[in-house]
Amino acid sequence: MWRRTQPCVADALYNGSSGTFLPVKEGNEAMATVRFDNSTRLYPGNDKPSVDKLNIDIADGEFLVLVGPSGCGKSTSLRMLAGLEEVNGGKIWIGDRDVTNLSPKDRDVAMVFQNYALYPHMTVADNMGFALKIAGVDKGEIRKRVEEAGKILDLTQYLERKPKALSGGQRQRVAMGRAIVRSPQVFLMDEPLSNLDAKLRVQTRTQIASLQRRLGVTTVYVTHDQVEAMTMGDRVALLKDGILQQCDTPRNMYDRPTNVFVAGFIGSPAMNLLDVEQVDGGVSVGASKVAVDREILAGASGKRVTLGVRPEDLDVVSEGQGIPVEIDVVEELGADAYIYGSAKASTHTEADEDAGERPFIARVDGRKPPEKGSTIYLAPKPGHLHLFDATSGLRLGK
Amino acid sequence: MALTITAARPDPALLDLPWRLPLEEWPEERLAALPRGISRHVVRFVKLSGRVLAVKEIKSELAHGEYDVLRMLNRLDQPAVEPFAVVDGRISNSGEPLDACLITRHLQFSLPYRALFSQSLRADTATRLIDALAVLLVRLHLAGFFWGDVSLSNTLFRRDAGAFAAYLVDAETGKLYQRLSAGQREHDLDIARVNIAGELMDLEAGELLPADTDPVETSNQIMTRYAELWEALTGMERFDTGDRWRVDERIRKLNDLGFDIDELAITTDFDGTSIQIQPKVVDAGHHSRRLLRLTGLDVEENQARRLLNDLDAFRAAADRQNEDEEIVAHDWLTKVYEPITRSVPRSMAAKLEPAELFHEVLEHRWYMAEQAKHDIPIADAIADYVAKVLPGKPDEKSVLGVDTVELPVIARP
Repeated sequence: MWRRTQPCVADALYNGSSGTFLPVKEGNEAMATVRFDNSTRLYPGNDKPSVDKLNIDIADGEFLVLVGPSGCGKSTSLRMLAGLEEVNGGKIWIGDRDVTNLSPKDRDVAMVFQNYALYPHMTVADNMGFALKIAGVDKGEIRKRVEEAGKILDLTQYLERKPKALSGGQRQRVAMGRAIVRSPQVFLMDEPLSNLDAKLRVQTRTQIASLQRRLGVTTVYVTHDQVEAMTMGDRVALLKDGILQQCDTPRNMYDRPTNVFVAGFIGSPAMNLLDVEQVDGGVSVGASKVAVDREILAGASGKRVTLGVRPEDLDVVSEGQGIPVEIDVVEELGADAYIYGSAKASTHTEADEDAGERPFIARVDGRKPPEKGSTIYLAPKPGHLHLFDATSGLRLGK
Repeated sequence: MALTITAARPDPALLDLPWRLPLEEWPEERLAALPRGISRHVVRFVKLSGRVLAVKEIKSELAHGEYDVLRMLNRLDQPAVEPFAVVDGRISNSGEPLDACLITRHLQFSLPYRALFSQSLRADTATRLIDALAVLLVRLHLAGFFWGDVSLSNTLFRRDAGAFAAYLVDAETGKLYQRLSAGQREHDLDIARVNIAGELMDLEAGELLPADTDPVETSNQIMTRYAELWEALTGMERFDTGDRWRVDERIRKLNDLGFDIDELAITTDFDGTSIQIQPKVVDAGHHSRRLLRLTGLDVEENQARRLLNDLDAFRAAADRQNEDEEIVAHDWLTKVYEPITRSVPRSMAAKLEPAELFHEVLEHRWYMAEQAKHDIPIADAIADYVAKVLPGKPDEKSVLGVDTVELPVIARP
């Protein structure tokens, strides 16, 4: 199971010299772990489950991001956890409670950002705390929670003002405050940034991530954007067609993708994937041979394997070596430049003239970028090669 | 990227709107009204080819998503605003890409809840709005629609013979499913309750809420109203085989609530001593469909009920119960309904919808009769109503909101 590698900032906050005690965890002493246990959702009339035997253990205080292309089952998984979708197989646990059949309001989870509307006649404090009034929380307690949330959100000086006086970013934080004062065991966020403009999106992304770490509340976050996933999550769970592909730290997702799909989805620009042939002691890439551990290749099901190399893991080598890449576009970014071209990676067969032609991206030195239209030769940096079985798509070797 | 317009029946005049300007900067002469409402996006109303359109600036995927959902809801005959177009691929004068715009038709004679509360009001307005919202929510849920942001601000209200009929305006968070789970319905209701309470508290803070209305208590009514209606429409009933009249009774009960049963599941137990019934498909609009069939008038449900009652009274008074219903209805239309609705001077035509006016005149006549302690001829009631009551009513044909602070959540430079 995943463990927090460094002490959570929130722990320090509770005992800290500032005397700040956020009421978030009051009454919630139980560990807010979340566990998908073979959880399955099959829509009536479908023959394939939308979420198929999902298994994820989420640690107390962890920020887990569910990511994947549209229709992969990430939102459905979140809604299963929220109690909005029936679970047709398996179970869902929050802490030591089996919540599989509990109604949404009995699960002690909060969907964040469902509604951004701020009420113009009410103060910022009332905008944050009004839902507690409905829940029958007494005034003193509401005030206490609102003030603490205001402190965390840097809104203390605005609490008595009307929302009109706030900037766009501050209004966002009021919306977050609404969820925080409810002090749920788990925050659930479903593409919360999708309707923000680009500038506010990046800003809010950082805010949510740092806020979550300060609060230490277990959070499950859904996005289709792998950059968002990689920058925000303690761990990232990548789904495709209802099946979990990999659930790991952003670093491991990037360095050790378990299959070709993960390799292609994580990272921007995407990893180059080439269909290559095994030769003695390695694989043949373009004109040359790249040495690969015999043990790794021993796991392959056939003579051909998929080779993956990230655009930043390539060295320019002299003509006749490595992979020949014909350059279509050069994108100069200052220190670096990206080249977009096509690679002749494989020794093509006569039957299929274009078999070896693949789009190829590489990062090169920005100070001496190659010219458009020219051909350069690139070799993978040692130790930065990914190999996958050509049939199953699974990673070969560790 | 080039400007692309997606619309079922595109109007070339759409091309004349200033798409290269952010919606916030559209010149006033283009707008049908000044900025209003508490939308989280920038929303503007424009006049185009004689109609009023609402334009909302929003991310492209969301605009297309909401357009599709609204089209689907319209196809399913659900009370929702009608989508008009999506304008995509906008570029500013300086070459910057701009968000897409979702365009919907403005619903004539509809009122935002804030406009209702800024008028002098009957004390139970909030309750009547919530009743209407409960009916809307039940209808949407029966159709498999999860709203995700149920609130008074995301709803428009039309007068309906003293009550209100509610229409969905904002479907951004909504999604259509084959069937909703209990959890989805419950969550929608919970969202509704919190949002309504917040909206009423805001009115209270702005001193627009009648003093005896408690926001939290009022917002709780959505739960009970919804549960009652849901049970009446979908609940299972079991009774002895001898009590078969209860099948008719159930159908009548649903008709009274304004619903028709399209499919009723009837099952007996093994030994045939008891029967179980459960409505499987129900359709709103029992009265309005009947009125439409008889007279061609397309009105709200309670208005239809009122008109049908008057039609029945007309039949009885003229002793024509044995005649063909359609023929009597035609006579009623030309001799009773139209003379009343046509008696309104053109200058006051934008105040109320004809069916609502008819309802009001009948009410007025009742009050006059009560005071005079004898029957009042309808012509006198109309004349009195047009002279004394109607001039004091606000124009409601295109109410686009009352002035409130607009709070879009967008980054400011």
